[in-house]
Amino acid sequence: MEANQTLDARGLNCPLPILRTKKSLNNLQSGETLKVVSTDPGSLKDMVSFCAQTGNALLSSQQTGGDFEFFIRKA
Amino acid sequence: MSVAKLQTVDSHADAIPSDLASLEDWFDKRLDEKLAERESARTPSLAIIATKGTMDMAYPPFILATTAAALGWDASIFFTFYGLELLKKDLQIKVSPLGNPAMPMKMPFGPEWLQRINMPIPNLVAGNFPGFESFATTMMEQTVKAKGVPSIQELRNICIESEVRLVACQMTVDLFNYSQDEFIPEIAEWIGATSYLVEAKNADICLFV
Repeated sequence: MEANQTLDARGLNCPLPILRTKKSLNNLQSGETLKVVSTDPGSLKDMVSFCAQTGNALLSSQQTGGDFEFFIRKA
Repeated sequence: MSVAKLQTVDSHADAIPSDLASLEDWFDKRLDEKLAERESARTPSLAIIATKGTMDMAYPPFILATTAAALGWDASIFFTFYGLELLKKDLQIKVSPLGNPAMPMKMPFGPEWLQRINMPIPNLVAGNFPGFESFATTMMEQTVKAKGVPSIQELRNICIESEVRLVACQMTVDLFNYSQDEFIPEIAEWIGATSYLVEAKNADICLFV
């Protein structure tokens, strides 16, 4: 999947992955996608809650090695 | 108002059932729809009262407020008593294991097995050894950095950026002989208990830290 922008949140811990995601989404247009890569295991559930609350679509969430990858489409 | 009269004033008269049982069902359904509509249009809010000025107690209000702002909620923090320290221009936030028995004392560096070992410090040492508080603070700051957790300064900046409403207690300034210019200019207001309670009354979540 190709994203309009990628956020490298590896090495960051709660609440930074979510805060940076929110900041990156601010720079995107509605309908554009953001890829987030994180290493914080808490971000797996946090990203689901974040998207549910903010109305952005969590297109996919997967674990590759020690990294978590999320694709989010801006509402 | 009678059912017959309701029908005449409503433009969707044909949608309104005339017998009482059906009318009740219709009403319940409409009420649920209306409530859901209101709920989805409402911005949730968080109000936190921060009363502590140590590093361990500074994290919860700042983490929760910045996260709430990221979720698109309205967030505010009322800083009172020692909590006011968190709004100083020159942040001097410390943490002490003295009288803080649950605080783990762990090495922020070194091999993994060493970092796992907890080395509780007796109060006698923590309280009497000069500079122990600064030592414990440095250790905690290094741990925080190594784990990718933001610093208090960083979280406070994010609060300001994301428009978390920072309000400060006027009484505390007078009580401890502070001057308002010792504090960051981003403080939205200097208020008292009455003003903040009225504000917090309407919040969905209200926390005292």
